[in-house]
Amino acid sequence: MKTKTLKVDYLARVEGEGGLYVKMKGNAVVDVKLKIFEPPRFFEAFLRGRDFGEAPDITARICGICPVAYQMSAVHALENALGVRVDGQLRALRRLLYCGEWIESHTLHVYMLHAPDFLGYPDAIQMAKDHREAVQRGLRLKKAGNEIVSVVGGREIHPVNVRVGGFYKTPSRRELEPLAEKLKWGRDAALETVRWVSRFPFPEFEPDYLFVALRHPEEYPFNEGRLVSGRGLDISVDHYEEYFVEEHVQHSNALHSTLKEQGAYFVGPLARYNLNFDRLSPLAQEAAREAGLGPACRNPFQSIIVRSIEILYACDEALRIIDHYEPPDTPAVEIQPRAATGCACTEAPRGILYHRYRISDQGLILEAKIVPPTSQNQKTIEQDLWNFIPKYLHLPQEKLVWQCEQAIRNYDPCISCATHFLKVEVDRE
Amino acid sequence: MATRRKPKLAVWKFASCDGCQLSLLDCEDELLAVTDQVEIANFAEASRAVVKGPYDLSLVEGSITTPHDAERIHQIRRTSKFLVTIGACATAGGIQALRNFKDVQDFTSLVYATPQYIQTLNKSTPIVDHVRVDFELHGCPVNKNQLIEVLSAFLNGRKPNTPAYTVCVECKRRGTVCVMVARGTPCLGPVTHAGCGAICPSYNRGCYGCYGPMETPNTGSLAAGWVRLGASESDLVRAFRGFNAYAEAFRRESEAHEDQNPQG
Repeated sequence: MKTKTLKVDYLARVEGEGGLYVKMKGNAVVDVKLKIFEPPRFFEAFLRGRDFGEAPDITARICGICPVAYQMSAVHALENALGVRVDGQLRALRRLLYCGEWIESHTLHVYMLHAPDFLGYPDAIQMAKDHREAVQRGLRLKKAGNEIVSVVGGREIHPVNVRVGGFYKTPSRRELEPLAEKLKWGRDAALETVRWVSRFPFPEFEPDYLFVALRHPEEYPFNEGRLVSGRGLDISVDHYEEYFVEEHVQHSNALHSTLKEQGAYFVGPLARYNLNFDRLSPLAQEAAREAGLGPACRNPFQSIIVRSIEILYACDEALRIIDHYEPPDTPAVEIQPRAATGCACTEAPRGILYHRYRISDQGLILEAKIVPPTSQNQKTIEQDLWNFIPKYLHLPQEKLVWQCEQAIRNYDPCISCATHFLKVEVDRE
Repeated sequence: MATRRKPKLAVWKFASCDGCQLSLLDCEDELLAVTDQVEIANFAEASRAVVKGPYDLSLVEGSITTPHDAERIHQIRRTSKFLVTIGACATAGGIQALRNFKDVQDFTSLVYATPQYIQTLNKSTPIVDHVRVDFELHGCPVNKNQLIEVLSAFLNGRKPNTPAYTVCVECKRRGTVCVMVARGTPCLGPVTHAGCGAICPSYNRGCYGCYGPMETPNTGSLAAGWVRLGASESDLVRAFRGFNAYAEAFRRESEAHEDQNPQG
């Protein structure tokens, strides 16, 4: 029988360095390896001995695309350890900052990384030759998200204003007002984005995923909630490590995460959407229905629609927060270090991001554990390829490879985060 | 400069967070104008199309941390007319250079269950330790306006206009009251390379040196000032041992305080 290999040596339009190797014998897939060769950077190791107050600045450097997510998981984990609760307008400002990152990160992925696959271009720059108006809309929408991060956080990449207990400085109402104007435009642009991507061609592919996301009693989740799955899991984040395990496999510099006794699971926009549709704003729900989506969506290729709905939600939510904003009396809750352990999970653009810290009575970090979304999705990405490829074997090699890449980009994988990944190889025998 | 073809731009990644190359995609107002002028010939984060070298300008992000990368940077140098390093990882080894002060084997076994699967060098080193570099742009992350200035300068055959003074000058220019003098907040601004626009002091916190040392910093004098504000030796080790820990001036200063405090 003929062996065939599909190889992508260096996956493009993902954050970080990875590749894909697929081996086939006849019409059967015999091996799929999502390879992550992004160099390891050892964050958990060098956090040891650092002051707990440095954690949000240091862990932000794991990822330039979603630094706010790292900062949010870090501060909430440390506040959990120190028995501090950040409420009221400070809590709302953190949510606003996260809205900014979701808008910026999702828009980057929808317009610049994922849409070119659906329309058959190698990148957004080439796509702009025929779809200049759409690309310009994307850039302006992305900028609106970045401006929130800039005003609340100090700068777009690696914001400086987040601290354990709150912020270094809180904005005035007047400083937030110009954002509201841009977000009103952004909300319309996001609605236009949902309509635009819902007309893309989608392959029929609906695996029975095990979705995992946060769920909050009232809100679409950002910083708080219980960990729930589509199959009955409902736990407090404190019990994360009793249910989820990480294993080290030879072909990847990122650890693979699984749910005990259940195996691979799925985190990110599609998981959040399926588990929290009822928590979306009425405008976002209506846009979803108009795009032809119900409260459940299992086609990973349609994650581009769901991501656009989340951009719309984030614009809507950011406007609500700005509208209700009153500057708090103090920028941060006072913190006294003590020997303690604490953990937290927040919803990064790509899914749940877990942090746990153990600190000394002097406030020095003794131990840190970080589980990023992409390492949790790795196994599910590989499973998708096992299931997806056999249906598309009639395609010429070049087309099949591109389809595999697109299937991986459904997850907006962030390889820089996961090593703390994309080359595609397909072997046909 | 009269050229018939668009200059070819390549963007390369080594050990890093992707934030500095993202700065280019974050130039939302300028991006399409830039791509009207240059051909994006190799930029994996943005495009699956790869145009063969040689390249007129290569932007390099990240530090060298694996045997394979130590080879790869030489190939990139050979195919690049100009090579510009962007960000603290590429110019100083980055936050991952904290391994340079410890035994990397201990680190690997802390993070990975099967350390023998991991290939890594003992030290994280800047690009200039391996190949000739035409220009270094500082920052963690780089400032996107400075990035556009560097692109425009190299493509037009002139020197980039990126001031070499300190963050202090930027604070004075934007009218921020000195956090160290007025509030007694320890700040690395007096020894740190300008470029960010002095963001931290305008948010009521001290500079934490993410743009690395300026050319001739008096780190010893600043450290004495920190001690007067109540900083301990271990505070000083941590302050200089951040995102530019392996930059010569910051490395020497952190080691000076570590000697007096073996626990660091």
